[in-house]
Amino acid sequence: MYAGVMKDKSSVNRLVLENVSHSYGAVAVLNHLSLVVNPGEIVVLVGPSGCGKTTILNLLSGHIEPMSGSIQREGVIRTVYQHDGLFPWLTVLENISIGLRSLKDATQREKELRELLELIHLEGFEHHYPHQLSGGMKQRVELARVLAGDSDILLMDEPFSALDYQTRLRMRHELVRLLKERPRTVVFVTHDIEEAAQLADRVLVLSNRPATISHELQINAQRPRDLTDNAVIEAMTAILKELGLQTSDRNDV
Amino acid sequence: MIKPKTSESQLASVAMRKGSATLRFLLPVIVILCVLLLWFFISYINLFPAYALPSPVAVLKSFKEEMLAGRLVNDIIASLWRVAVGFVIAATFGIPVGLWLGQHLYAKQAFVPMLNFFRFLSPLAWIPFAILWFHIGDKPAIFLLFMATFFPLALATMSAVATIPSIYFRVAKDYNYKGIELLTKVTFPAVLPQVITALRVSYGIAWVVIVAAEMVGCQDGLGYGIWEARNGLRLDSAVCYMIVIGVLGMGIDRLLAQLTKLPNVRWGYER
Repeated sequence: MYAGVMKDKSSVNRLVLENVSHSYGAVAVLNHLSLVVNPGEIVVLVGPSGCGKTTILNLLSGHIEPMSGSIQREGVIRTVYQHDGLFPWLTVLENISIGLRSLKDATQREKELRELLELIHLEGFEHHYPHQLSGGMKQRVELARVLAGDSDILLMDEPFSALDYQTRLRMRHELVRLLKERPRTVVFVTHDIEEAAQLADRVLVLSNRPATISHELQINAQRPRDLTDNAVIEAMTAILKELGLQTSDRNDV
Repeated sequence: MIKPKTSESQLASVAMRKGSATLRFLLPVIVILCVLLLWFFISYINLFPAYALPSPVAVLKSFKEEMLAGRLVNDIIASLWRVAVGFVIAATFGIPVGLWLGQHLYAKQAFVPMLNFFRFLSPLAWIPFAILWFHIGDKPAIFLLFMATFFPLALATMSAVATIPSIYFRVAKDYNYKGIELLTKVTFPAVLPQVITALRVSYGIAWVVIVAAEMVGCQDGLGYGIWEARNGLRLDSAVCYMIVIGVLGMGIDRLLAQLTKLPNVRWGYER
């Protein structure tokens, strides 16, 4: 069982949305959206607020079913939430161990728990409860939980948007470091363009509701990327342009 | 880089809320002494006849008398036993019923009006039935305590379930919590802080009801003690029982308050 955790699963974990449409009542949220997330890829979805980013994540995780179109999911999918995703009645260690529920062997689980705790640099905080931690620490515990054991695909729903700016910058590097140690397929939803430019292999810019993919941007630069790296600035420029937020566009308007 | 969450403003507000330790102890003592002095004064000037308002000295004397006779201790044990049994039965049924109602919309819609009806029906209204069905002794008192505490406990637990943030259930679903495990590992711990508060409130109700229940349904207990004192026109003894009831009630509430210090429920009180 445990050997399976270690093996390279990247060949199987694919996410495919095909021609998916969804609406809440009369409000059409997604309009014939197609999307393929390749194994091991970090895909970042950016778009105006209320454009249906969270709906896409809910479809990918299986929390809701699409009204039309099809979805293929392979592998274990887990979500990192914006905040309050940890159970407040459990300690840091107990929260992480939720991610290891399928691991039956107690000594293996203990070993894996210690490793994860070390990975997120929270040794000494294992018996703290979430309300005793800072926002950044809580999100790191969430990251440890989704990375634990046999997960394949991580869905991230604006995981750093509730943090202060500096912590957010730090958490991006933290995420890159963690994904280097434990590679996963990632679908990351954010309204933060910097975040997209620093983290993504591929940025998908969504249109206003009903959402379709209005622009696709491949970023090939190595990670970790600094905010001031050329590749990051180039990517940000391209995304801002697409969203109509670049001042140089004013001349065209 | 790593620091636990305690900002300066939080520290300041904690200091403000707790105040000085000496004052916290001293202030209530002063108030109690003032009330005692007032009582002394009123009985000293004979504002009321001694049989209608016993003096503190007379009460102290009767306290000694009751202790020596062993009656007071016996009554305390009888009352505590009844409250404990009635309360435990009510909690054993009330909390699971509340959890169940909280999770099933149709059950909730079906049962809530009925439960509310019984909650607002004073448990003392059941006295005639209690005595007719269970005669005299522990049973009618326990029945009345159950009727007094089951409904508020079930309803409070049910409302608590409704306030659980939906994100906990989403996380639970992500990690395959189902059925009984979902109930015991997610739903129950999520409502536990509110359930503890409900337990304290309904214990308060129980402690009030036991006095009335024992006045009519029992041959011993603190409530019966007061009734006996009235019949013998021994109000000094009645006051002595009243003091014991008040002090015991407070003491047990302090014990229940210890539950809020459990590490896995602290989050519910620190938001």
